[in-house]
Formats: sequence, structure tokens, C-alpha cells
Amino acid sequence: MIPGAFEYHRPKTLVDAVTMLASLGEDARPLAGGHSLIPLMKQRLSAPSHLIDLAGIGDLRTISEENGALVLGAMVTQRALLASALVQVKAPLLIEAAQQIADPQIRALGTLGGNVANGDPGNDMPAVMMCLDASYVAQGPKGMRHIKARDFYHGAYDTALAAGEILTAIHVPIVAGQGTAYEKLKRKIGDYAVAAAAVVLTMANGKVATCSIGLTNVAPTPLWAKDAAAMLVGTTLDAGSVKKAVAAAEAITDPASDGRGPPDYRRKMAGIMLTRALARAASRAA
Amino acid sequence: MAKINVTMTVNGEEVSGLAEPRTLLVHFIRETLNLTGTHIGCETSHCGACTIDLDGVSVKSCTRFAVQAEGSHIRTIEGIAHADGTLHQLQESFRQMHGLQCGYCTPGMILRAWRLLQENPRPSEDEIRHGISGNLCRCTGYQNIVKSIQHAAAALNGETFAEAAQ
Amino acid sequence: MNDMTPTREAREAKLEGMGCKRKRVEDVRFTQGRGNYVDDIKLPAMLYGDMVRSSYAHARVKRIDTSKAEKVPGVVAVITAETLKTVNLAWMPTLAGDVQMVLADGKVLFQNQEVAFVVATSLQAAADGVELVEVDYEELPVIVDPFKSMAADAPVLREDLAGKTEGAHGKRDHHNHIFKWQVGDKPLTDEAFNRADVKIDELISYHRTHPSPLETCQCVASFDKIKGELTLWGTFQAPHVIRTVVSLISKLPEHKIHVIAPDVGGGFGNKVGAYSGYVCAVVASIVTGRPVKWVEDRMENLSTTSFARDYHMRTEIAATKDGKVTGLRVHILADHGAFDACADPSKWPAGFSNIITGSYDFPVAHLCVDGVYTNKAPGGVAYRCSFRVTEAAYAIERGMDILAQKLGMDPAELRLKNFIKREQFPYQSALGWEYDSGDYHTALNKALVAVDYAGLRAEQKAKREAFKRGETREIMGLGICFFTEIVGAGPSKNCDILGLAMFDSCEIRIHPTGSAIARVGTKSTGQGHETTWAQIIASEIGIAASEIMVEEGNTDTAPYGLGTYGSRSTPVAGAAIAMASRKIKAKAQMIAAWLLEVHEDDLVFDIDRFQVKGVPERYKTMTDIAWVAYHSPPPGMEPGLEAVSYYDPPNMTYPFGAYICVMDIDVDTGVAKTRRFYALDDCGTRINPMIIEGQVHGGLTEAFAISMGQEIRYDEMGNVMGASFMDFFLPTAVETPHWETDHTVTPSPHHPIGAKGVGESPNVGGVPAFSNAVNDAFSFLGSTHIQMPHDAWRLWKVAEKLGVTG
Repeated sequence: MIPGAFEYHRPKTLVDAVTMLASLGEDARPLAGGHSLIPLMKQRLSAPSHLIDLAGIGDLRTISEENGALVLGAMVTQRALLASALVQVKAPLLIEAAQQIADPQIRALGTLGGNVANGDPGNDMPAVMMCLDASYVAQGPKGMRHIKARDFYHGAYDTALAAGEILTAIHVPIVAGQGTAYEKLKRKIGDYAVAAAAVVLTMANGKVATCSIGLTNVAPTPLWAKDAAAMLVGTTLDAGSVKKAVAAAEAITDPASDGRGPPDYRRKMAGIMLTRALARAASRAA
Repeated sequence: MAKINVTMTVNGEEVSGLAEPRTLLVHFIRETLNLTGTHIGCETSHCGACTIDLDGVSVKSCTRFAVQAEGSHIRTIEGIAHADGTLHQLQESFRQMHGLQCGYCTPGMILRAWRLLQENPRPSEDEIRHGISGNLCRCTGYQNIVKSIQHAAAALNGETFAEAAQ
Repeated sequence: MNDMTPTREAREAKLEGMGCKRKRVEDVRFTQGRGNYVDDIKLPAMLYGDMVRSSYAHARVKRIDTSKAEKVPGVVAVITAETLKTVNLAWMPTLAGDVQMVLADGKVLFQNQEVAFVVATSLQAAADGVELVEVDYEELPVIVDPFKSMAADAPVLREDLAGKTEGAHGKRDHHNHIFKWQVGDKPLTDEAFNRADVKIDELISYHRTHPSPLETCQCVASFDKIKGELTLWGTFQAPHVIRTVVSLISKLPEHKIHVIAPDVGGGFGNKVGAYSGYVCAVVASIVTGRPVKWVEDRMENLSTTSFARDYHMRTEIAATKDGKVTGLRVHILADHGAFDACADPSKWPAGFSNIITGSYDFPVAHLCVDGVYTNKAPGGVAYRCSFRVTEAAYAIERGMDILAQKLGMDPAELRLKNFIKREQFPYQSALGWEYDSGDYHTALNKALVAVDYAGLRAEQKAKREAFKRGETREIMGLGICFFTEIVGAGPSKNCDILGLAMFDSCEIRIHPTGSAIARVGTKSTGQGHETTWAQIIASEIGIAASEIMVEEGNTDTAPYGLGTYGSRSTPVAGAAIAMASRKIKAKAQMIAAWLLEVHEDDLVFDIDRFQVKGVPERYKTMTDIAWVAYHSPPPGMEPGLEAVSYYDPPNMTYPFGAYICVMDIDVDTGVAKTRRFYALDDCGTRINPMIIEGQVHGGLTEAFAISMGQEIRYDEMGNVMGASFMDFFLPTAVETPHWETDHTVTPSPHHPIGAKGVGESPNVGGVPAFSNAVNDAFSFLGSTHIQMPHDAWRLWKVAEKLGVTG
């Protein structure tokens, strides 16, 4: 398992990286933690001629709070995320999701940017970001733009990122009083989800005030289950309402058949994970 | 493809060598630096036999290019024993608690445990099991590996290892 | 005697002999990364080989164009079947009496089959060369399902066998048939079924899986043209057999072949066979005149070298209505893949599957096995078990549970009722084995008490009621397995590999100063032979284990042995070690008698010395004796103190054990959690309890993996699915259950030290225990048998079918 040959670049600034990516054309790929890209290259399923390593760009590793949002640099590793007191307080859902990604070594190098940007439906963070209504900052030859996570995923490995653009940061809105949960069913440590569900909700007077649901690895893209979430608003999360919402969420899934199980199983597991995530999120809501 | 000169500090010594950009760090360590204690078991970053310590974190050197490690500080299994040649407590504990059989996963397992005990000097059994979940072992069933790490943790903390009753 | 004289206890402790939890000598190098595995070997001018593999499961190879690959800078040669034909090596014999393509010759018969071998100056160049070898295929119809292999219109897989109605094991009934093997008395068995009160009849499948040691298969071949000598370092469980095979197929004289197995990173049966990569590396070294290294990657390992199992066992048991078994009738359909490359003793095409009567006193039985070809990888190795023993143990242990369910009897009670009794040993089984020893009732009763079996059954009853009332979504299962293994192949009267009797060997040389080297025909792949073999010698002749170096794996220095697999090391080589030790001891006794001026019969051996009977202060230690042997041996006696033993065992050994698994299954997800696993093993005399426990832990973990999800799957096109550690289930420390171990000791009556072997028991016994727990959990809902593997989605499907999912 040896990758094809390529040229290696390690720009020091984001501007250099963007310029490089633009000038080197379609055969150039940015390299973050490498845990999606390098295995693909080793199997020669991906053979870029140029790799632009973003590791030399210091500003991509920061975690801060700006204007009511958590701003996470694209090169923040899962490990760094887990160690951030700020994230623990402001966005515990990210912590819960990151804990369930792969294993300690992979979390040490795997980045948030890589996880959300490459469009692998197996990655956990995309559905979580959709659930949290995060947006991504993309830097390209034409400048910077924000893309909603909910508008970002077009198909497996197909995203709204244009040629020449680099995803540089993630903005996660901070909302007080949310109850959140990420329920992931997997065969073992290191596996992608059979199905996983992210839930963010707020409660008022015993009823759901707001609700958002993301689903992982049960379709060619991560899913934002908008209708299912809407059905729960105003309910007490009684069994009947939950059942209806779960059915609505299951209905938008389109899981692949693989070693994790056939589609009907994975669809049902999306529902079971959602049911469990709803209960846990509600118990955590202020 | 032209080779690039790569310089890094390995086990406290600055080393350099030529590598193609596509040369994996594990191959650089094994083939160029001749440090063959770091093993290759799966090549897809699942087994952890290639685990090394890179700039203070455990990483899988099969999923990293050597050029990415330019300027890094690396520790491999060859750099774990004390300078006088005596075994590190973890190495001793793996031997005492029968934490290895074929020995193939052992360097990666010890490197991971070495970092784990610095991150968390008094890990619970569950924390150990999660802490080494990126390292596969085919021989031991992990039970004695967990025990080895507990044994080492106790010794490093100056405590007596009390084996949990079955 | 003064105060400085060591006590008997101190002398005994210093030996670190049998029964001692001696720490392993191997660990000093392994914990420091100083092992020497094959991939660590680097020779001057060494080349790297990489394999071009078939994308199709069944196709005609129309054209192989190597020209582009040959132009890659660094590529030195590309070898195809045409190259191999010039040295008559396009095909090679298998251990099972079949032949197998080394590289695709006209067609391919399984996905990832070896097609061409690229040799280059670097790993990178070899991989680039592989990318550029162009192969044109014409797809052919594929057989994946063994039940379709022998259909009248099934495609012909093995065109090379056209017209051959006789195979290595008798008549072939169909062009995709390999053999039919039958044992037992069919008319009497049929009669027992005709008269039975109760019968069960179930197709019990044991799915295809893979041993997958952490180190893949690999080798370095170095041919010295001047000397005409070949040195082959490799991941070999049986280096001597490899040397003989290489000699037979390459026509190089055996004395000019040096096979060396250095440290090996796990075997589990994967490293018994001879693979295309080895042959290609050897040929490439001969062709290029340079050393050639070949290292499998994980995908190649999982999809090509040596699958295990793939046995489909229609199992019928006849019994009286009060639960006494009266007959066993089994038909096995054995999927051997594209070539019959099973690693069994030559006369045993289905291994020792006739151990299938298990631990029970069946008056009559009949077993019939049909082996068939399919478009899957060849292999059929004994993955941490003696030959096909784990399949047999699975069928009978599942069968007994199914019978218990049908009778409404407790599965433990049914077993106790049908066990072979202690006084029946040596016991002649209905399918032809002589069980050497056993005490099954004691073992199972001890296990039942240890886990509070009655209490667990009561808890299960309450949980089932609660489940029915809708108070829990969890069901609880109790799995019992009582297995009997047959290991230690084996007696020359019925066991050989390629005509080589399955003895094993040991040579011991005591040095003048009283330390020693022992060389053995086995090869440790993690079992710790360097530690335990020395313990046997220490106890036998009284030299401290720390003063004995054990060496294995070098065919130039070690005596010929058949290697390590099928739990044969302790039963066969362990016996050879004891016998060689006794030869040394006998000579030592003569020397001691001469030195002490008494008759040999007046001496008694005591720990580390011979002493005059009744006069313990008159003695000679083994160290004293060793010096004399080299310095001034008794008149007429040859100097020196060494011995060699080739041990041909009189019988197999029959380890047994009682395993109990407690499991909880979430019916909403199908996720099963092992709450408790208790394993009692009886492997006879215990050489090193620490190592035994480690072996049991490891084997149980493999059993857990196999039963709960580890599988080599194919789609209907013959594409191998999930051949990586993402999909192939190797549990991490998080999923792996906690293991409780226990033992009884029933020594083997025919083995010099009474030992039976243990490394494979936990795999053999573990799988049925897990599967029985799963089946037991669902049984109250009307389920009889659930096929493995028991991964979550399959269990959820069972729950869905039974109408209990949410």
C-alpha cells in the first residue's frame, strides 16, 4: 500500500496556500490530518499530484469565541477540541461527538476541518454541524465566503466547496440552555457509525421549544432532519410524538448496504439512536 | 520524484535522511533510520502496531508522510528504556504481567501506554481500555495488557499494585 | 549441612521448572523493539516484490502486458506464469494433494488471485510497477455458494482437472467435487434414527473467517548463484516442512536450502502453508541474483492466504425421550475455495472432524464430508484449532443445545447425562478415536458451581417474564460448551504431511560448565517456547531454566520437526524434549554412580542432583556431572553430554473444558454484551500457568470475535467484502470481555509429562459458548438455531423475525 508520487508543499500562510491551490489546479489537494486522504492514496483510490499541507499555517489551530459563536480553526484536532475548556462549556455536543471518533491516535491528528470538508458520509462531525446550524468559512481565489453546514453536502464526497477553496474555520452558534446528545451505534472502536443521531433542543414549560436533528452515515450525505424536528416542537416528547418524528426521520434516510448491515436495519437504527438522543438531550436541557 | 531531506529528533538525537514526499513516516523510521521496533500491521491506521510518540502525542506512523514530520520530536520503542539500559517500568510491567505474546503489537502498545500514563497517571481500567483502543492485539485478549499498565502505573506512582479480584 | 546450604525449596525455586509462572525470556527483546521479524531483515542489494492481483473471481486471462511496468525506474523484473513455466513452477502441489497456480495460468479462480510479481529496487517502484501491469480478462460465471457447486449446470472451475474422476482422496462425483470422506457405521446409525424417540436435524454453518495474525505472511529469499544455495527467511510455523516443499518443487537439493523462521508475529494457522509470494520471491531471487523481500499487505492477507472454516454441517442427533443420545449423523459440505490447499495431515481431507461425537457417549455415529470448489480463496487452515476440530465442536455443542431445547431439558443436565464417564477412559469413540483420558463430570460440575448456574437460570427466568411484560428490552442468554479436543498430531500410523510422519524432535547439548542449549523442531509464534521448553528440561534434569537457551526455526541447526500448529507443540515436541532430557539424565546417572562409587540403582534423583539413597549429603549436581562428562568421563564412556529425541506419539491428546457465557442482548439494536465468561480448561499437566492463562485469554478473544462478527464475506460476483481491519472484526480492548479462568488437571496417561496442549482450546470451546448464549437468549421466543456470525444487524433481524423489535 504505497501512494502514487506527488509533490509536497507546506505554505506558511493561508494566502500562500490558496494561491498555491489555485495555481496547481485540479490535481492539487489540501492536506490536513490526513486520516481520510492518506488511506485513500495508499490504496491509489486518490492520486493527487500535489499535496498542500496546511500544518504550517498557525492561525488554523485556534479555538475562540466571537460574537456569540464558537470559532474553530480547520486544523484543530479532535484531541485539541476535547481538551478545550471553552468547547466543553459552550458546545458539549462537539465533545460528545469527538469522543466517539476513531481512537486516541487518530484523534491526535485528525482535524475538524478534514472531518467536515471531505464529504465522507461516515464522518461524524458533519451531521453534528448541521444539527448545530454551524457554518464553514471557505477561502478561495475570489476571497472568503461562509457556507451553511446545512447547504454544504451535495453527495458522497461532493460538497459546496469550489475548486481552489480551502475550508479554514467553523462557526458554531452558542445557544444557552440547550440539551444536546450524540448517540452513535458502531461495531467497534475505529468503525464508522452503523447509524448515529445528533439532537439539540431547548425546553420551555415541559415542552420542546426548539429542536434540531442530524443523522450520520445513513445516506450518501449527512442529514438534517428538519421535518422530524419540527414535529417535536410544542410536544412533551411523549411516546406518540417521538414515534411520529422518528418515522419522519427514518423516511429521509437512504442507507448503504455494507458490513454494518442492510438498509432496513440501518434505517431503524437511525430511529433508535434518535429516540435515545432525544431522551438524553431532553434530560440535559435547562 | 525528487527526494527531500528530512530532519527530525528521534529518541533525543537529531537525524536526517532523504525521503520521497510519499514515503510514509513508518517506512522512514524502519528503512532509513533502521529502527525496526516500530511495526506495520494493517496499513489502514486501525491496528496501531506503528504507534510512535510525535511531539507529545501518540500517532500512527503509517498514516503520516515522513516530510510532514520535518522538525518533529519523535520517540520510538528503541527510546523507551533508560539510558543505562535498564527497562522502563512499562517494559518491566509488561514482562511481569505477561502483557505480550508474539511481541508484534508490543512496541506500539507500550508507546501508547507510555503517553497514556503521562496524560493520566492513575487511569481506571475503563480509561486504559479506551486509551489503548487504537492498538490491536491478536494474542493476549488485552486483559494482561491492561494489568501491565495498571502495574506500571502503580509502580510509577510509588504504590503497590493490587490485582483486582476475579 | 551448614546454614549456607540451600533448602530443597530454594533449589526447586531456582530451577523455575514445570508448574512455575516463569516470566518469559522473549519479553526482554520484544518490549524493547529488538525482536527480529522477517520485515526487519535487510540485505545488501535487496529487491522488493509486489503482487499484481485479479480483480475478478473467475475470468479467463487473455493478455498480460508487462511492458509499461518494466519501464518504471527501479523495476527490475516482472514475473508471470510464463516466466515460471521456464522453471516448471507455474503450479505447485498443495498440502491436500491438489495443485495450485502460483501465478494465473490462463485463468483466475478467485478475486485477488496472484497474476504477476513485480520486482523493484524500492517498495515504491514495485507498487508503481504493479499499477502499470495491464491484464485483459474475459469474465466467467462465478460460484460463491457451495450448495450450488455441484449443480449439473455449474460452471467448470478447474479446467486442469478435466476428465479426472479420481482425486487425492478417491472418486470425484462432479467437476467441482474434490472428495467424499465417510467414517462410522451408516446402517447402524440409520437404524438408531429409525428407532429414536426424539430427533433433531439442523443445518449448522460455520462461516468463513481468517486467522489474521498481526504480522502478515512475508519472506526474504536470497539465492547465492556461486554456491547454488538458497536462504529463505519467512513467517513459517513449520520451517522444516517449507524447506522440504521448496526442495521438492524447485529441485534444489535440500541441504542447499536454509530456511529460517526468525521471530514470528503470530500464526494461528495462517503461516503453515506455502504461498505464491514465497515461490515468486525465490524465483525472483534466482532470476535476478539478488535477495528479494515479499511482504503481504493486510488486504492481501485477508483475501488470499488461508481462510478458515466455511463448513456447513447438517447435524442430526437421535435420543430417547428421557435424554440419552443414541446416534449422531452428520453431513458436511466443505467449501475449499478454488484449490484444495487445506492444511491437514495427508490422509485426513476433512481433518479430525470425526471428533464430532464430542464429549458424549454416542453408541453409533456416521459422518460424511463432501469437499467442493468455489471461486473463493484457497486455504482451509486450522485457525487456532486442531484440524477441523473447532467446526466439529461447534456442530455437536450447538446440536446438544438444540436437543435439550426439544426435550425441554436443561442443557447442562443433558450434557451430564450423556458424558463419557471417567471410568470409560481410554474410550473408543463411535467414529474411531481412542480418547486417552478425561473427567468431564468433575469439570462441568465445578464450572456450574463457580458461576452459580442455578442462580443465573433463575435470573434469566425473571428477566424473561419482565421482557414479556414489556419492562425491559433486554434478553439474557446462558451459553454452555463442554468441548473435547483432539490435538498433538500425531502418531505416524495415521498422520503425515506430504509423506513426512508427524513426529517432533529435540536436541539438547549440556555445556561443560553446566548450562545448555536445546533445539526443537517446533516454532513459537508467540506461545513462549523459549521459556516453557526450558522449564521442562529444568524439571527433568535439574539445570535451572535460566541456564538453558532454546532455539527454534533454523533448519540448519534444529532437528527436523513438523512445526507448530494444531496444539501439537506440547503433546509432540514437549514429549521429545522430555525424552531427550531423560537420555541425558540416564548418562548423567552413570557418571554420578562412577563418581560416587555406587551402583546406579543406589542413586536417587533429587531436584538438581543425584544422591546416594539414604545418604543425601553424598551427591553430584548436574553441574558437577557436566564438567566430568567433558573432562574425565568414566572409562569406556564417550565424552560429552547431549541427546536427541524424535518422538512419535502413541496417541493424540484430548484436552477438554467447560465454558460458560452470560450474555445480554438489546433487541432494539441487536447489540450483545458479554456480561461474564468463565473458562475451565483441563490440559493435563500445566507447564507454565501464567502462559496457559495468557493463551486462554487470547483464544477466547478470537472466539468472541469469530462468533460475534468476524467474517470473510463475498458478494454474488465473488468480490471479497471488507478485507481490512475496518470491517474484519478484530475487537479492541473496549469490546473484549473480561475473562475468568479456571482448571482441573487430568494428565495424559501416554505423554511423558502428562501434558495435553492448551493454545487452541479457548477458540474451540469459546465459539460454541458464545453462540449457545445467543441462541439461548432467543430460545424462549421460539427460535431454534441462529447462524453465526452473531453481529448486531443479524441479531436484530432475528428479533424482527420473532416479532419483538420495537
